[in-house]
Amino acid sequence: MNPATDYVPLISLPIEWEWALMKTGQILAICILLLISLAFLLLFDRKVWAAVQLRKGPNVVGPFGLLQSFADFFKFVFKEIVIPAGANKTVFILAPLLSFVLAFVGWAVVPWGPDVVIADLNVGILYLFAISSLGVYGIIMGGWASNSKYPFLGGLRSAAQMVSYEVSIGFILITVLLLVGSLNLTTIVDHQAGGIWMWHGFRIFNFAEFPNNILVGVVMIAMLGMFFISALAETNRPPFDLPEAESELVAGYQVEYSSTPYLLFMIGEYLNIVMMCAMTTILFLGGWHLPWGSVEGLGLNPFFTGLVAMLVFYVKIWAMFFMFAMVKAIVPRYRYDQLMRLGWKIFLPTSLVAVIVIGYYVAFLAPAATHTVAGG
Amino acid sequence: MLASIAFYVLSVIAVLSALAVITVRNPVHSVLFLILTFCTSAGLFVLLGAEFLAMLLVVVYVGAVAVLFLFVVMMLDVDFAELKQGFLSYMPIGAIIALALFSELALVASASMSAQGAPISIATEQASEITNAEAIGQVLYTDYLLVFQMAGLVLFVAMIGAIVLTLRHRPGVKKQDIAAQVGRKRSEGVELKDIRPGQGLG
Repeated sequence: MNPATDYVPLISLPIEWEWALMKTGQILAICILLLISLAFLLLFDRKVWAAVQLRKGPNVVGPFGLLQSFADFFKFVFKEIVIPAGANKTVFILAPLLSFVLAFVGWAVVPWGPDVVIADLNVGILYLFAISSLGVYGIIMGGWASNSKYPFLGGLRSAAQMVSYEVSIGFILITVLLLVGSLNLTTIVDHQAGGIWMWHGFRIFNFAEFPNNILVGVVMIAMLGMFFISALAETNRPPFDLPEAESELVAGYQVEYSSTPYLLFMIGEYLNIVMMCAMTTILFLGGWHLPWGSVEGLGLNPFFTGLVAMLVFYVKIWAMFFMFAMVKAIVPRYRYDQLMRLGWKIFLPTSLVAVIVIGYYVAFLAPAATHTVAGG
Repeated sequence: MLASIAFYVLSVIAVLSALAVITVRNPVHSVLFLILTFCTSAGLFVLLGAEFLAMLLVVVYVGAVAVLFLFVVMMLDVDFAELKQGFLSYMPIGAIIALALFSELALVASASMSAQGAPISIATEQASEITNAEAIGQVLYTDYLLVFQMAGLVLFVAMIGAIVLTLRHRPGVKKQDIAAQVGRKRSEGVELKDIRPGQGLG
């Protein structure tokens, strides 16, 4: 049955307009899913943090405090927006909007399941990298436009921090790209189908390839750890939350922000964290695939395959977010020079060596099947 | 239809923001407009089918170079009324440079148009078979490997030169030695003194 032949449109539009309408619907659906998830992720973050410190956390609004984020939302929205007299008004308002929008834009290429993706770009991973490198602008602009010392220092700190860690993130991405031979996110996930030993983070368990699995496995699990730490630094998350270190800078770049603009900053920041969780999942933890095999192997019809895939992906994002929350609760904050030392003197050389090792593996040791680079 | 709407929107924004880069008074605003110009030109690259170049433009120029621009411009305290003093005296030379650049661009554009009847683009030549990234990789790392590596080496030497020229070892700067900190023994850090009441350490 060809769906194109017996498809009767409700309203007849030119095909590209119809396509645009459909994509708009998908974008809205993803945005709503993300925002609602975010409400509960925020609560989850606070609950984990509380549990580590033997507190109860928010437990008043709704059962188990489930509605706390919604209460916070209304409180933020109904407050007055205060713009400092010396602030550069346009940039001051633009900065949180930019952070907020950029946090959503990246999700366009994230594959939730086989064919469950808004835009299946050929350069998906580069697109994500580009969008995450844009995220720094919201912070610098906010810090500068506030026209005050603390926000400005916070903005400068974060600019230096995010640019530094982007470099090592770039090299870590290259190791994955070398293994897969493609920049397309769907291809990257499909390359990890088959079970936990095929996931890039856990290639060490792929004993069919012995002894090469030791080499690749050790390098890739190190890359997984480094990607996770770099993601913490890239999203200004504790222990690397120096742009807003409250003991030194009050709240860094967001000192002068209140009400809805602050809310936009915060949503943007958390969405970036969730995005980093999704990226870790896609790159190292097998995307939507189950630990014991691919989702397609379950033999369900395409609709349920997509649904199960989305669910698996979603659960993995939550698991990664749990790690982010635990790090926030457990690890003390780094000093700024330690942060820079870690980024430039440890992560950058290590990831460079890893690129060389993985390149050697792909060129000389890998079985021919994974060797998809054209003209190699 | 959608593509042409996108093209016109992007190109109008690109040209206007490029104009704003040189006309607005606040230097930070002008860098922000420069970033907007980069982003819209990346969009134009996508429309041409060169998505790899578009992403590189965003990653390299917007994500790194422009951040450094912004960084520097924000920290500088420039008096722009003073800077614009010599505008008229520099104008002829600026106009000549602009004219030369424009005529070069026009020459290249007209040459490529007349040679094939249509503008040359990387994307359309090898449309279906291989992706953008692979096409560029083929050119850079297979066809012109030697030239590419030599260019890289030149840049590398330039970078080392810049570091050597600016690196100064100041004496007396305190630096953290993590190995020494971690390797410290209890015997080096703690000393037990027997202090009698009324006498002190003296």
